[in-house]
Amino acid sequence: MVTNKLKNIKQIKNMNVLWLTMLVLVLSVSCKVDDDDLRSPSFSTTPEVFIDGFSGGLEYNAFGGSDVFAFDLDYEETYGGTEASMKFAVPDLNSPAGTYAGGVFFVAGGRDLSGYTALTFYAKASKSATIDVIGFGNDLGENKFDVSLSGLPVNTNWQKYYIPIPDPSKLTAEKGMLYYAEGPENGEGYTFWIDEVQFENIGLLAHPKATMMGDQNLVKLAYVGVDVGIDNVGYAVNLPSGVFQSNNLTTSYFDLVSSNKSVVVIDKDNTINVVGPGLALIQGSVNGVDASGTLTLNVQGSFGSAPAPAYDAANVISIYSDHYNNVPVDFFNGYWEPFQTTVSEDFNVDGDNVLNYVNFNFVGTQFSNPTIDASTMTNIHFDIFIPGAVGSSTNLNIVLRDFGADGTDGGGDDSNISVDYTSADLVQGAWNSFDIPLSGLTNTSALGLIIYEGTDLPNFFADNIFFYN
Amino acid sequence: MRYSNQTKFMKDLFQSGAILTVLLFFSACDKDNTQNLPERDYSLIWSEEFEGNAGESLDSTIWTYDIGTGDNGWGNAELQYYRDSPDNVSLDGDGNLAITARNQSFGSSPFTSGRIKTKNQFSTKFGRIEANIKLPYGPGVWPAFWMLGDNIDNVGWPQCGEIDIMEARGQLPSITNGTIHGPGYAAGASIGEAYSLGNDRFDKDFHIFAIEWGEDYIDFFVDDFRYNRITADEVPGEWVYNKSFYMLLNVAVGGGFVGFPTSGTPFPQTLLVDYIRVYQEQ
Repeated sequence: MVTNKLKNIKQIKNMNVLWLTMLVLVLSVSCKVDDDDLRSPSFSTTPEVFIDGFSGGLEYNAFGGSDVFAFDLDYEETYGGTEASMKFAVPDLNSPAGTYAGGVFFVAGGRDLSGYTALTFYAKASKSATIDVIGFGNDLGENKFDVSLSGLPVNTNWQKYYIPIPDPSKLTAEKGMLYYAEGPENGEGYTFWIDEVQFENIGLLAHPKATMMGDQNLVKLAYVGVDVGIDNVGYAVNLPSGVFQSNNLTTSYFDLVSSNKSVVVIDKDNTINVVGPGLALIQGSVNGVDASGTLTLNVQGSFGSAPAPAYDAANVISIYSDHYNNVPVDFFNGYWEPFQTTVSEDFNVDGDNVLNYVNFNFVGTQFSNPTIDASTMTNIHFDIFIPGAVGSSTNLNIVLRDFGADGTDGGGDDSNISVDYTSADLVQGAWNSFDIPLSGLTNTSALGLIIYEGTDLPNFFADNIFFYN
Repeated sequence: MRYSNQTKFMKDLFQSGAILTVLLFFSACDKDNTQNLPERDYSLIWSEEFEGNAGESLDSTIWTYDIGTGDNGWGNAELQYYRDSPDNVSLDGDGNLAITARNQSFGSSPFTSGRIKTKNQFSTKFGRIEANIKLPYGPGVWPAFWMLGDNIDNVGWPQCGEIDIMEARGQLPSITNGTIHGPGYAAGASIGEAYSLGNDRFDKDFHIFAIEWGEDYIDFFVDDFRYNRITADEVPGEWVYNKSFYMLLNVAVGGGFVGFPTSGTPFPQTLLVDYIRVYQEQ
């Protein structure tokens, strides 16, 4: 139900930006430390995730805003008449229990999956539907090696599904065994089942194809000292049925090389370090398969900091600036599951700290402990720098939310200001300064959240975020 | 190559399971030598190594082309138009023959491909006939390496006999079929078996498809593993294989054996043949 995705995104943001987690099942984990534990750093190679029950160490966390009771075991509707399956009850639209079904099955200790080539499972549903996303590699943290399928078609028959491991050698300590998120189909809830979930060393997947930078040869401006990342990556593999399946994956699966080490150096974490002026071509591969699409960095020189703010500190409440003392902030990136793609690659050039949002779709900055009392302030200021191209459809939406009298997100008493900046407002390769009046808010004494959401804007820097009078 | 039906296919699949079991048994017990087969003193009498530059046409003293759509898609409701264009049949420059099926309209056909034969230029009777082949893939793609009796123009098909050394369905990339068609046991009643690679696919690498053929028997091999023997006394009609046959290679798109291609069938699809070698017993 892909069309619901954007709706889900908004619902997730609106409902709750904090993790609402629920530990449904924790199998016993031995706390005893013996000699083997001390000597051996190796991880379990157990391939089973869910066959007829939770495999050893597997736990479940529901996503924030989802129906935390959506997942249950089913002892009747099982694949091949086996003992149990996983049942997922997708709620109706606007269900008070939660707006979608979603969560993560993980092992706290991690597993060594380097001997397997795919996660496989069987699935069926109470009616034909497309599941928004199913994958592995969501570890409730960095999600470094996430691979997923979007828009997975299911029907009333059990079918086998394959999610390839693009480079098994990277999964030596993976915690994320399986995750999913699915909203209502045309507003209606339904049920789907998953069974026989396991990692397999399967030789039936073939002809892998990797893409980066949207399969294009892109040129981007870059600055000495400001790391950049690749984006818009994809991975397709031919299934045992002879057709290709497109998979989402994280950039961590790509091995990168630079054509010019005096301009760009790739460090051992595959970070692209910009070290000098000039041109450098960056090519990628996944497990030896060359990716189509390249990134050429045109490095002009050192990065120019955002203009120093002119306001007196007495008239400023600063969220993020090296020119003022900043108030406490919960986070500058909430990593909102499951649809946020934005990763933070913040940097520091000559003592100036800059926020850097890469693979940007939406991201939030929260300051709720305590909320900010900006009742004596008139505006909020942002400096935004866009290193990539500004296209005709490029758009940056900034939302500022007050948490209302209850001082918490939600509860029906919040209000928002929302401002769109379009291609006419945005200049590539320069700092764009924006000032938004607070007059549209109901309660400026309990401000709690900034949400950025973008279209055709994969990367931007931010600095000097503060309220002023 | 000519015909088949679902019942036959299911039977083949079932039989392939039994063969796999045997294969696993052998590989578990003796990793070096999988089968005890009678020793044969074969000598190479003919080979086609497909050496040449990329895009080069085939040796016309060996190969000729079937062109067009035949009668009812070559008897099988196949969808492609066979051409002699290097776009469809050529050397790849790496020592392989490339037969490429394309999603390209030609005439009234939605696809083009190639079908070549040694008819009237090379034929053989008995011995070992092998080809090292990497298969194409995708629903509705139907590659084959096969033989027809030299006397086809006099007696017609299936009286001439047909030996399918390899034919496969692109939607089942782990499975090949070895089959014979003759009088009284052609098309859906043909005799043969399927062979599965198990946890591997024929489109990932080259594999050797072969027959070892003598008086009143034909043995079918994949990578030197014999997965079937057909003898004269088990066919429900005349045994028409004690005579010369010529070779054919083609990639069909669609047809009764394989079904229609789908929107998910990747094109172009290429059959690569590293070599064909013919041996005879001394």
